[in-house]
Amino acid sequence: MVKEVIKGNFATAVAAKLARAEVIPAYPITPSTLFPEQISEFVNNGEMKCEYIPVESEHSAMSACIGAAACGVRTCTATSSQGLALMHEMLFIASGMRLPIVMPVANRALSAPINIWGDHSDTMAERDVGWLHFYAQTNQECIDLTLVAFKVSENKKVLLPSMIGLDAFVLTHTMEPVDVPEQDKVDAFLPKYESPYCWLDPARPMTIGSFATPEYYMEFKLAEEMAMERSSAVIDEVFEDFEKRFGRKYQKVVGYKTEDADVIMVMIGSMFGTAKAAVDNLRKKGIKAGLVKMTVYRPFPTKELYALVKSAKVVAIVERAYSYGHGGPLFADVSGAFYNMEKKPMMLNYIIGLGGRDIVPKDFETIYDKVKPSMETGKARMRVEWINVNEEAVKEAEGL
Amino acid sequence: MADKEYFASGHRGCAGCGMASAVRTILNAAGPNTIVANATGCLEVMTTGYPESAWEVPWIHAAFENAAAVASGVEAGLKARGRREGVNLFAFAGDGGTFDIGIQALSGMLERGHKICYVCYDNEAYMNTGIQRSASTPFGASTTTSPAGSVIPGKTQRKKPIAAIVAAHDIPYTATANIAYPLDLEKKVKKALSVDGPSFIQVMCPCVPGWGIPSEKSMEIARLAIETGVFILWDLEGADFKNIKITKLPPKPRKPVLDYLKVQSRFKHLVDKPDLIEKIQKEVDEKCKMYGID
Ligand SMILES: Cc1ncc(C[n+]2csc(CCOP(=O)(O)OP(=O)(O)O)c2C)c(N)n1
Ligand SMILES: [Mg+2]
Repeated sequence: MVKEVIKGNFATAVAAKLARAEVIPAYPITPSTLFPEQISEFVNNGEMKCEYIPVESEHSAMSACIGAAACGVRTCTATSSQGLALMHEMLFIASGMRLPIVMPVANRALSAPINIWGDHSDTMAERDVGWLHFYAQTNQECIDLTLVAFKVSENKKVLLPSMIGLDAFVLTHTMEPVDVPEQDKVDAFLPKYESPYCWLDPARPMTIGSFATPEYYMEFKLAEEMAMERSSAVIDEVFEDFEKRFGRKYQKVVGYKTEDADVIMVMIGSMFGTAKAAVDNLRKKGIKAGLVKMTVYRPFPTKELYALVKSAKVVAIVERAYSYGHGGPLFADVSGAFYNMEKKPMMLNYIIGLGGRDIVPKDFETIYDKVKPSMETGKARMRVEWINVNEEAVKEAEGL
Repeated sequence: MADKEYFASGHRGCAGCGMASAVRTILNAAGPNTIVANATGCLEVMTTGYPESAWEVPWIHAAFENAAAVASGVEAGLKARGRREGVNLFAFAGDGGTFDIGIQALSGMLERGHKICYVCYDNEAYMNTGIQRSASTPFGASTTTSPAGSVIPGKTQRKKPIAAIVAAHDIPYTATANIAYPLDLEKKVKKALSVDGPSFIQVMCPCVPGWGIPSEKSMEIARLAIETGVFILWDLEGADFKNIKITKLPPKPRKPVLDYLKVQSRFKHLVDKPDLIEKIQKEVDEKCKMYGID
């Protein structure tokens, strides 16, 4: 293995190269731009053999991915924020056609106001489109999870597209040491893609993307859901295989000091590293705090998550996205998933780090302070709270 | 006529559907080694009601505005596995999917130089969704979103000159065609497939319900569009309009536009408005002059 100090974006481009992606249509958007830049550099320097399509929009990027993947070739793109939103329509079509496209997404806030910094609003708004969702915490995970995603997506039991979230700037633009896997090892892990169907072959004409009446539509959609459910076991298998070959262990959910914890904070992405420092601090003060990071978000790992948090008094969902008029999307998912469990912890929701607002260890101690009265009384005081906002500036934003 | 048909009968198109006739001519001209990327619209809906299909060639439909982008991806996919040679790759889209919502993807495809033959079957409105106006709908036509009202008599804007816009991209081959001239269409398809790069064919296809015409008259009315000079048949290699070839001249003198308008109910509110008829006639005269027909 070669140790390289690289940015998260570069890591995803390297993963696409190692995976020998055959078609890459892509369109630049901060903070994902390095991906199309890097791929075109690889291609123009002869380091990578791939059909790179410099499309005129993200909508066309995903459309071209669909056309290419329907030819049974390994297909990949990358985007962020507005670009992902522009693809929205085509994301359903990629999954509906069961095309194993892989897409790293640099997680960035959505306009308005326009903001190029990190949060999870973009991918969270795409959680119902039938794609698998992975989230990276480090640049190492950017590379590894992209490779894993190809293998899971292309599995015959799955055949669904995957997106891999990586936090804007914190991962995309930050240099970290990464073990770059060797090409021959990746080739063995991820052999040339052989599509199970003979798609778009004049020798065997096939109609793809036809018109389905109410008589047929639901069966297609349930079949998609069954594939999503099957993907759960496939992810475990692929993680195991990956660990054997590359020595790095992955799990759908990862716990930190959860065993005896009274309060467990559940989160996604790079803030897990920051939160660990906070938990260590809290532990020093004798507070039993723990953490869970979700590496896989779709399919939703209910069983694995529940096993980690079920004994806690409070589960605090700390997230970088919001569903206006309700609360955080992860909070809604976790509460929904646990609703019928016999024993369930109290669940509280904390919104943090929208639009790139800094997330520091102290924020998690603040969250603990907010959780404490609810935990002590056994009654949830506030279901959702926003952390670190300036009340005066909110009034100004409202024009009051 | 081809020995084998690639567009099967039994699809759900209306009797007299112009587009069905165009597609049949085009596929038969192209032959078996063909792949089609189709935009949402009448063509997709009437030919692929699951679990049936009228397509005897590989066919993909993704959405309304992106046939050009999907086809670009198909081309790349074929190339990636060395399967591009000998395959005729088409994008098919209606006027809505081409003039309006799909023009960006189309322009991108042209600029990038994909070897794709893009066919716009032009029935001059959004027919699939119930006859709404498009940028292709001609001046004065009544549609459900440009109705002939007591104050505003149908569409107030003119038809977008899409083929000229496409040709301005300086692609190898651009043509206009019309279902009433199938041999001309066939020739243009073969030419389009022979060039090394993007090609574009706009085929005028009357729509029986959309134009308000009897089903047995669609060929006749398509021909009238040429004979009156309302629609001009031409082709061009590259972007220098000095090299344009008019492939079918209207008779001399051209028939009056009223002959074309009065047989279609989408124009029936104009028939007793001589000033508007005159305006349309004048514009057709000017266009014919511009194309060097008169
Ligand atoms: C993004 C999007 N907007 C709107 C529609 C609804 N729609 C489907 S087909 C169509 C009109 C198609 O018109 P045209 O391209 O001229 O083809 P035709 O139906 O006339 O054959 C519209 C508006 C859609 N499917 N997708
Ligand atoms: Mg139309």
